Amino acid sequence: MLEQWLPNVNWENIWEATIETLYMTSISVVATFILGILLGLLLFLTAKGNLWENKMVYTVVGAFVNIFRSIPFIILIVLLIPFTKALVGTMIGENAALPALIIGAAPFYARMVEIALREIDKGVIEAAKAMGAKTSTIIWKVLLSESMPALVSGITVTAIALVGYTAMAGVIGAGGLGNLAYLDGFQRSREDVVLVATVVILLIVFVIQFVGDFFTNKLDKR
Amino acid sequence: MISISSVKKIFSTKNGKVTAVDDINLVINRGEIFGVIGYSGAGKSTLIRMLNGLETPTSGSVVVADREVSKIKGSELRQARREIGMIFQHFNLLWSRTVRENIAFPLEIAGVPKSERERKVNELIKLVGLEGRGDSYPSQLSGGQKQRVGIARALANDPKVLLCDEATSALDPQTTDAILDLLVDINKRLGLTIVLITHEMHVIRKICHRVAVMEAGHIVEMGPVLDVFKSPEQPITKRFVQQVTEPEESKETIEHLLEQYPDGQLVKLTFVGESAEQPVIANLIRQFNIGVNLVQGKVSQTQNGPYGTLFVHLTGASEEVNKAVEYLKEQKVSSEVITNA
Repeated sequence: MLEQWLPNVNWENIWEATIETLYMTSISVVATFILGILLGLLLFLTAKGNLWENKMVYTVVGAFVNIFRSIPFIILIVLLIPFTKALVGTMIGENAALPALIIGAAPFYARMVEIALREIDKGVIEAAKAMGAKTSTIIWKVLLSESMPALVSGITVTAIALVGYTAMAGVIGAGGLGNLAYLDGFQRSREDVVLVATVVILLIVFVIQFVGDFFTNKLDKR
Repeated sequence: MISISSVKKIFSTKNGKVTAVDDINLVINRGEIFGVIGYSGAGKSTLIRMLNGLETPTSGSVVVADREVSKIKGSELRQARREIGMIFQHFNLLWSRTVRENIAFPLEIAGVPKSERERKVNELIKLVGLEGRGDSYPSQLSGGQKQRVGIARALANDPKVLLCDEATSALDPQTTDAILDLLVDINKRLGLTIVLITHEMHVIRKICHRVAVMEAGHIVEMGPVLDVFKSPEQPITKRFVQQVTEPEESKETIEHLLEQYPDGQLVKLTFVGESAEQPVIANLIRQFNIGVNLVQGKVSQTQNGPYGTLFVHLTGASEEVNKAVEYLKEQKVSSEVITNA
């Protein structure tokens, strides 16, 4: 039945491409989560009136974040070619997409982290200080714990954006469902391959959204 | 327990320098409940925040429990803060933690082992009357219950001093009273020194032993609560005292009476301490041939005794009325004849 409707679809290729997309997405989501939180914390803590208030650091980090956030992803990949080559040694394959994915998404997530941290009541931070808490304790047990639902819903949005980015990266040779849809589908006029690749991407996005919402709700005790 | 000497705090703002606290000297004794009252912007918040180093004075020194809080930094300051509990107007609980975990937080900070933490938390939950609510999240609690968690949390590390930053200002009157009773109970049971700031004279009246009135960064009046109630000197203190002793409508009622009954005398009697329990009015009626009309009255309980005011309207032959006023002046009550101004 399926062969009749989708004559050109090679399920093995679809499966392989899906694994590649999932690989690129999950590694870059994890790296973005860590890097984004570090950058976001740095932005939050060095902002005016906060624990490590430092105009210099805030301006530099803020500028870095803004620049990489505003470069269109497809251009960012091209700009990063020398960097990627030096780091990964090649421009082909899933690993070659990772630097661009992470550098594209981390600043975006960093801003979300900063916003999430700003939402925390200043009084709670002050209460922790009044109890004699160290800055590291405040970061772990107050800032990150209290903003966890927002951090999780932020990474959900970022992860979905990353799925889109992997498809774009695929077009220039990184593999995955985007690559498959473009080379095997679009270039060879096999609409059924494009359709199947799109549906699989949709499914991945739905699952990410569902899991993200589930954890956000579970963590949110407000 | 606490001594503040020539403390000044100047904030630099865009519009120039603002002196929030100006040359304050203060000694608070062990086991005392000390109140600071003032309107917003009087500098009382800055003052209390200097007691645990959340603000550093521009000059002068603050010593709490033998440690010069205004000088120490880093780990020494953190150590000192563990001995100074603080509760806040908006409770400042961590909403991601249960009641139990919130109370355990300062213990975690102090590095208390887990089994000991659990024992202490159970004890505190009982102390503040939150049995059965230990596993609730702050969002499931009422304002009064949240403040109880705040108090338990502040007491977790057995502090020597408890600072209350407008602790009841966000609560309704009934809950305020319950929280104040809890504070008095803790003060008596644990011998804890309590410093509280407020803009409500009711809070001072109900639980404080001594009070300082702040205005524009200065302490304008200070003394035992009953003395301040009896003879407030500064206009601002008089206004605060009126908050508790004279209901809002007093003034209107009195004006109305003065208009309606031009004859006779309207007298305001102030009873302090034991005189509040003397049968002055009964004697007045028995001894003089006059009519006594009670206009308005109120007796309030303070930590150092009762305090009350009574407005009476005396009618009859002017000679007799004058004698009656003389009699009142001889009594242990202070009386003041009110005339149409």
